[in-house]
Amino acid sequence: MLDRTLPPAYHPVTDFKLLKPLHIPFPNGVQTFVFNAGDQDLVRIEWIFGNVFAQEDQSLLNSCASELLLEGTTKYSSKQIAELVDFHGAFLVPEYGYDQSALTLFSLNKHLDQLLPLVKNILTDAIFPERELATYIRNNKQKLQVSLKKNSFVARRLFNKTLFGPTRYGYIPDVPDYDRIAREALLALFKQQYTPANCTLIVSGKVTDGVIDALRQLFGDSWQLADKAIPVDPAPKFAPTEGLLVVDERKDALQSAIRLGSQSIQRSHPDFPGLQVLNTLLGGYFGSRLMTNIREEKGYTYSIGSGLASLRHSAFFTISSEVGVAVTKATLAEIEKEIQRLREEPVEESELALVKNYLMGSMLGSLENVFSHADKFKTVYFSGLGLEYYDYYSDTINSITAEEIARLANTYLNYQNMIKVIVGKYES
Amino acid sequence: MVTFNRFTLANGLRVLVHEDAATPMAVVNLLYNVGARDEHPDQTGFAHLFEHLMFGGSIHIPNYDAPSQAVGAQNNAFTSNDITNYYITLPAANLETAFWLESDRMLGLAFSEKSLEVQRNVVCEEFKQRYLNQPYGDAWLRLRPLAYKVHPYRWATIGKELAHIEQANMADVKAFFAKHYHPGNAILVVAGNVGTDQVKELATKWFGPIPAGRVYARNLPAEPKQEEARREVVKADVPLNSIYIAFHGPARLDEGYYAMDLISDMLSRGSSSRLYRRLVKEEELFSEINAYQTGSLDANLFVIEGKPLPHVAIEAAEQVIWSELDRLRMEQVEPYELNKVKNRIESTMVFAELAILEKAMNLAYFELLGDAEKFNHEVERYLAVSAADIQQQAQQLFRKENSSTLIYIAKSHA
Repeated sequence: MLDRTLPPAYHPVTDFKLLKPLHIPFPNGVQTFVFNAGDQDLVRIEWIFGNVFAQEDQSLLNSCASELLLEGTTKYSSKQIAELVDFHGAFLVPEYGYDQSALTLFSLNKHLDQLLPLVKNILTDAIFPERELATYIRNNKQKLQVSLKKNSFVARRLFNKTLFGPTRYGYIPDVPDYDRIAREALLALFKQQYTPANCTLIVSGKVTDGVIDALRQLFGDSWQLADKAIPVDPAPKFAPTEGLLVVDERKDALQSAIRLGSQSIQRSHPDFPGLQVLNTLLGGYFGSRLMTNIREEKGYTYSIGSGLASLRHSAFFTISSEVGVAVTKATLAEIEKEIQRLREEPVEESELALVKNYLMGSMLGSLENVFSHADKFKTVYFSGLGLEYYDYYSDTINSITAEEIARLANTYLNYQNMIKVIVGKYES
Repeated sequence: MVTFNRFTLANGLRVLVHEDAATPMAVVNLLYNVGARDEHPDQTGFAHLFEHLMFGGSIHIPNYDAPSQAVGAQNNAFTSNDITNYYITLPAANLETAFWLESDRMLGLAFSEKSLEVQRNVVCEEFKQRYLNQPYGDAWLRLRPLAYKVHPYRWATIGKELAHIEQANMADVKAFFAKHYHPGNAILVVAGNVGTDQVKELATKWFGPIPAGRVYARNLPAEPKQEEARREVVKADVPLNSIYIAFHGPARLDEGYYAMDLISDMLSRGSSSRLYRRLVKEEELFSEINAYQTGSLDANLFVIEGKPLPHVAIEAAEQVIWSELDRLRMEQVEPYELNKVKNRIESTMVFAELAILEKAMNLAYFELLGDAEKFNHEVERYLAVSAADIQQQAQQLFRKENSSTLIYIAKSHA
């Protein structure tokens, strides 16, 4: 007779194999990393450029330049670019992040002959036509108006602004700011930022020698600029923050968006992987203490979670949720209680073991295909680390103790010092 | 090409196995043939609430999530108007844990009052977060009953109203479980670094002893043909005016489905698509506009939704949408454009082969449609669509008397 109360034997995941890239530095300064694996005849190619900020309050300009890349060159109109990409069943996607702007191509190999020269043209010859800029401004002002009616969106903005102040990470555009975007400024930024010396090329999928040759020819040999220097981008200065409470009352709100947190340590800090374990315990997975208490015990919310983000010049820890307006204060009290508990009471061995297994399983599960291996590499590469970071990461997870968790909680999680943003109803 | 092996247990559970040695992981995907369309009109939102309760402990295992996480697994589920789909991804070495967990909650739930009470609250907060507490969040709560008068697609999976969820009781929960959650009403797909013999052994061991249930014969009322244009205008606290136009279209297994899907691609997939090019870029009348079909099993809705720019009157905005739709009715699409949307289908299918979870979900869904093997022939179905088929389908869809229009007027504009 089958005993269904007993779980099957557990087989631990103790390590995982990461694909190492082939590193090909092109003579013009482009750093190319190739991950060749997989059976499907397709590739993902990412051209990644470090963001250059002429001024700290110019992040709107950077995101606009990224999003308008495909809107025209001297050779192709916006429409022609769109047709070429769509006709070949490809996806060409600009992505703007805190520290990098990327242009990513997903394509079947058979169409690369058509698409790579197009990307080359875009990256060397984008002209940001006035009319396309006007369309961008008009539409994004409308989109922002809609987003500003979403409490969670507003909470994230207020949080970033309060946490990082008047810097690239804290700057939040308002509707009128869009009207100040000038074409000349876009062109100047484009010239400064989209250069070989500032470009990392990550190629993953079925990367044949032919693909590498084509990339070297187009993005190595024939892409030469007189100025070979990496653009200068002075690091922003961040002021320390205190435990401010920011409340944006919305009279008709059914839920309050809550976001709290503080500046934190970067991936290169030795405590980072341990802090990730602590973050997981607190709010980083479905069984976390915040989810268990605030959703599964009390039913205050559909979801609550915490996260740790490492940026190029800083890092932050954050907790976020949307809760019924009647329980806004009660939720904050429970969050404080859960943080205190991690600081004062050693975590049970069984809970810690569960989180370790969960994290190792997630790591293995996040390596599903060749793209995920490239993503793992990017994470460490742009933190100035190598793939050996992941050995340190798994060693830390496998060996971390309850005492170490308590030390990390006392060092990095302090409810009083956290910025607390409430959008919805606080005094109910 | 997604290869698979298939067998059926004596209790009626269908099992499909997709072997993929390139990943160290395994996926167990369990599709139950029950969705919001199977609900009573006075108890809407129940299938989705029930999905939440499936995580509240089963007959021998008090907590679903902890043992799952303890073996490095990630799990989740979703409910649609047609199906409820549960999935768990874990290191292949721990595959048996997924069988243990999934088979126990098919055998029976803990039916805990505490879990029901908490999940009622959680789902009510989900209702508020997604449908009530953001601009246009209630669009589908309005559009469905406007377009469907008889068929249960007239309510959304979250339910018609909060009260239906608040009133759910344990007797209803037990009856729902008995009716829908049994081997004959489910399709199990196991994919990843697994072997068919191994899966057969595990399936027989864990699911084999579950008693067969009574397969219920679904008998849903067909939506009668719509005879007149419908319209609802809402003045709301939204920042911008917005337009939704919904048309009745073919069901998933109808011949016309593929043409309808390609029409939505022509109109709005990618930045070369017709509506985006014409109405956003060239004529500068909309800030955003999209077209899509609901992908349901029974007769679908084809929807256009867009936000006109402030200087454009609603009537004028509707008029230009109709002009674009009329163009599809009057003029046959050129081979270039038809090839373009077909090329996109082809590449999307190849990219979909990169993820085992996606492959497993597709196999389960196509098995529900009648035969998982048909998934491997989907591209051919799209490639076979001709320009004449597109035109004919457009003529079927885009008729005033087949349309339901929902307009949001921003209060500041009123």
